[in-house]
Amino acid sequence: MSSIQLPGRQEVEDLLYEEAALLDEWRLEEWLGLLTEDAVYEVPPTDVPEGDSRNTLFIIADDAARIRSRVKQLLGKAAWSENPHSRTRRMIANVRVVGADGDNILVTANFAVYRMRYESVDTYVGHYDYKLVRVGNDLRIRERRAVLDNEALRPHGKISFIL
Amino acid sequence: MDKSADGFIVDDREAGLFRVNRRAFTDPECLADERRRIFDKCWIYAGHESEVPHAGDYRSRTVAGRPMILVRGDDSVVRVLLNTCTHRGALVCRQKSGNAKTFQCPYHAWTFNSRGQLIGVPGEDSYSDAFKRDDMALAAPPQVDNYRGFVFVCFDPSADSLYDYLAGAREYLDLVADQSELGMKIVSGQQSYSARANWKLLVENSYDGYHGMPTHQRYFSFLADIGVDMKGRDLTTPSYQKAVDLGNGHAVVEYQSAWGRPIAHWVAPFGEHRKAHFEEVRRRFDKRFGPERAQRICETSRNLGIFPNLVINDIMAITIRTFYPVSPDYMEVNAWALAPADESAEDSALRLDNFLTFLGPGGFATPDDVEMLESCQRGFANREVGWSDISRGMKREHPSITDELQMRAFWRRWNQLMTEPRLKRARKAA
Repeated sequence: MSSIQLPGRQEVEDLLYEEAALLDEWRLEEWLGLLTEDAVYEVPPTDVPEGDSRNTLFIIADDAARIRSRVKQLLGKAAWSENPHSRTRRMIANVRVVGADGDNILVTANFAVYRMRYESVDTYVGHYDYKLVRVGNDLRIRERRAVLDNEALRPHGKISFIL
Repeated sequence: MDKSADGFIVDDREAGLFRVNRRAFTDPECLADERRRIFDKCWIYAGHESEVPHAGDYRSRTVAGRPMILVRGDDSVVRVLLNTCTHRGALVCRQKSGNAKTFQCPYHAWTFNSRGQLIGVPGEDSYSDAFKRDDMALAAPPQVDNYRGFVFVCFDPSADSLYDYLAGAREYLDLVADQSELGMKIVSGQQSYSARANWKLLVENSYDGYHGMPTHQRYFSFLADIGVDMKGRDLTTPSYQKAVDLGNGHAVVEYQSAWGRPIAHWVAPFGEHRKAHFEEVRRRFDKRFGPERAQRICETSRNLGIFPNLVINDIMAITIRTFYPVSPDYMEVNAWALAPADESAEDSALRLDNFLTFLGPGGFATPDDVEMLESCQRGFANREVGWSDISRGMKREHPSITDELQMRAFWRRWNQLMTEPRLKRARKAA
């Protein structure tokens, strides 16, 4: 279907680990630098993990402008659910380069993200579906979809940080 | 408790003071009483008939703490059945949703049809003649009724009808239900979340105009950033607004809002290419209802609270939200999007996009609401501060949406149910 050369797993892992570090360290402006100009960030609802955000009520379905606004809000003072910032720690594993779709490189990875705030620990478990593209020598994120295995956001209550 | 208090509240209309005892948010005995006096007595939202469109369609869910099945029988009647085998108790429906002719209990294989009737008992010849299948159908709440597609259950067989119970709230349900001639539907995808807070804090929050600007300034900044004209439409200075006590503990705030409304209120971020379409839809509403009601349906926003635990917010999209306490300081919340059944794919995508800007556990507002409720709950640990103040606008002739009339309507009804003398139990025959 495509003649593009797939990257090796290590190159993809380097990107995902760097992304995880930037998000855990709240270096969100730098994180935006890993995304393409037309990037998409989605979290489907827990009962329709395979859904399409055009006809299904998602938890998050951001286009690029919405992602940038989300980052601006999170770095401002009035996003109360993240002011003060929560601590997060992401475990990214089982990274697989699964194929290509046009110039998109399809990648999946498992995640366990711990969020610590007010002495509660909430665990978000699931997998990412990524669409990556080659820009010059680098890989960039065109789409990241965080699919939760949690059956409900309980007791988490919210996804107020970047999952 | 304060000497001037009546139960959990101080309601001094002459002085214009209204206080709620914070024990209502923290006391496990109060919650146990709420289960009996509120949730076992009032009409409780169970689902929308559009969730089970075809014969045999079902949804299993927890309503008022009980596992139930919302099912459309082979006779096309929408029923609510209690999800427990009449034999020994196991859940007979173990999938979240689907279509089935029968529900078979996996424990001993008793089989019930989609109307709840018992139609199969393995080894039935081992039972005596006194055993009757008809006595062993799946149970249902004593009352189940439907108002314009919204299905409610009530565990009090002597309670008023749903129609009477809804009282003034019917007018506002109509403003939602009238948005399509073909009926409204629940959109695929359920937002299932929670808050580490008492359930009544979410009641208060859901129609609280006063918190809008401070709690949600990030949302209003976002609207301004994307080019929405805020003039005369921010929550502190809307050109049209009212707060109404609808009776039986229900209340609403209705107001001119800044955000676009996918039903027929266009704003710049929706795009010039959609403007003509919005005007066309609006003309159809004008024709159907006359300009006054059409404007109300299309341009005003409504935050409606139906006592005790149903919120229908017809704002930048329509959300249906219901919640139930697990403990005094923790509730589970379920929310859905409601849309015209005949909405086009493009309109539906715009509606869902608009929904997510503000609403839901990943939106630009709901997480901050949850944060505030949880913050209140933590603050309640200071038992020395025993009362919350809900007096805002009490002496005004026409309280605004940033006043607290709507919460007082809730609390007065809640307090009445929580403090009225319990009916004496029927004495057992000797």
